[in-house]
Amino acid sequence: MGDVTADDAARRAAWTSQLRAIRDAQDQAAFAELFRHFAPRVKAFLMKSGVSASFAEECTQEVMATVWHKAHMFDGSKASVSTWIFTIARNRKIDMLRKVRRPEPEDLPWGPQSDPDAADAMMLAQDTEQLGRALAALPDKQRGLIERAYFGDLSHSEIAAETGLPLGTIKSRIRLALDRLRHAMT
Amino acid sequence: MRNIKHHLNDALLMGYAAGTLPEAFNLVVATHVSVCDDCRARMHSFDAIGGEIVSASDEAALDDNSLAATLARIAAGPRPTAAPRQSGGIFPMPLRDYVGGDLDAVKWRRIGGGVSQAVLRTMGAGRSEATVRLLRIPGGVAVPDHGHGGLELTLVLQGAFSDATDRFGAGDIEIADAAMVHQPVAEAGPDCICLAATDAPLRFSRLVPRLAQTIFRM
Repeated sequence: MGDVTADDAARRAAWTSQLRAIRDAQDQAAFAELFRHFAPRVKAFLMKSGVSASFAEECTQEVMATVWHKAHMFDGSKASVSTWIFTIARNRKIDMLRKVRRPEPEDLPWGPQSDPDAADAMMLAQDTEQLGRALAALPDKQRGLIERAYFGDLSHSEIAAETGLPLGTIKSRIRLALDRLRHAMT
Repeated sequence: MRNIKHHLNDALLMGYAAGTLPEAFNLVVATHVSVCDDCRARMHSFDAIGGEIVSASDEAALDDNSLAATLARIAAGPRPTAAPRQSGGIFPMPLRDYVGGDLDAVKWRRIGGGVSQAVLRTMGAGRSEATVRLLRIPGGVAVPDHGHGGLELTLVLQGAFSDATDRFGAGDIEIADAAMVHQPVAEAGPDCICLAATDAPLRFSRLVPRLAQTIFRM
């Protein structure tokens, strides 16, 4: 079990350094590694919306190109690599289906230029790992429901009928960072 | 905004993270999250669940030249990206974008009893998906009793209202389901301004408002 956890942590740390290598050195080999893991899964996510494989392929390429171009905006103290890539893919999917708009919340004044806090980034990475393992350890039925919610097979009222979704401790970490930000502003 | 007591529920935040909510609900969620740190933190955790689900999902087969084609797209240059946005007015940015300005830019229509509304245009509304509107209720005035065919979200932007369940002040959101019949009363003082979304027509339980409902498609 210890080895599995260590492997998982190492794999996630590798994604972060790959993204940094893309940002700092336009490193195509690092991009190829990141692509190998995420592109087939982003494509699967997009195909679940019912679009053709060729259209999903095209959109996946756009998502991964956006990952390259926005690498300088990635901040490990706000989101993990897997979370960040998911939000890019999700936004592309909504764009692609063009049935609805999904307005984003107002930005907080902690733009990409502010110094990411290394301790926050490390804690967030640990929390995300823990969340990933908690999801993997769920009974099939419960994990299946969450997958269906994210793959678009459950409406909000169907989600509302489900209870006991595991959120782990991730929200408290982000909450702490937000509190610090608000204190700094007043 | 401080002292927010009434928050979004997990189902709405998960639907927003998954990108599966009707647009009218997306707007209410984005507007509430803009002023509520608790829900912003929870929103991030629902994004994180999405990341873990996708990252652990089955793989689809890529085209043979997928990576090379992506590198070619990268070489072609980035798409333009939006600059960070902050409002500073009464309406947070996502709502400002729909209204085309702050509170003074709203084109109100009176719907009776001193209450005014402004329906906001959403892409799904024509397919009888959810609808979203701004409501302006003068202090001390009651909105007629109404039940809901579906889910109604009411976010207070200014002022406050109370109904049988509780008091709702600026930043608070009331989530009312089909079973609930309520009569919100605006607190004395400045107009109560709310952003309200529903996925079914409201059903008023008195005759005059029902006529108003027919005329103004409420």
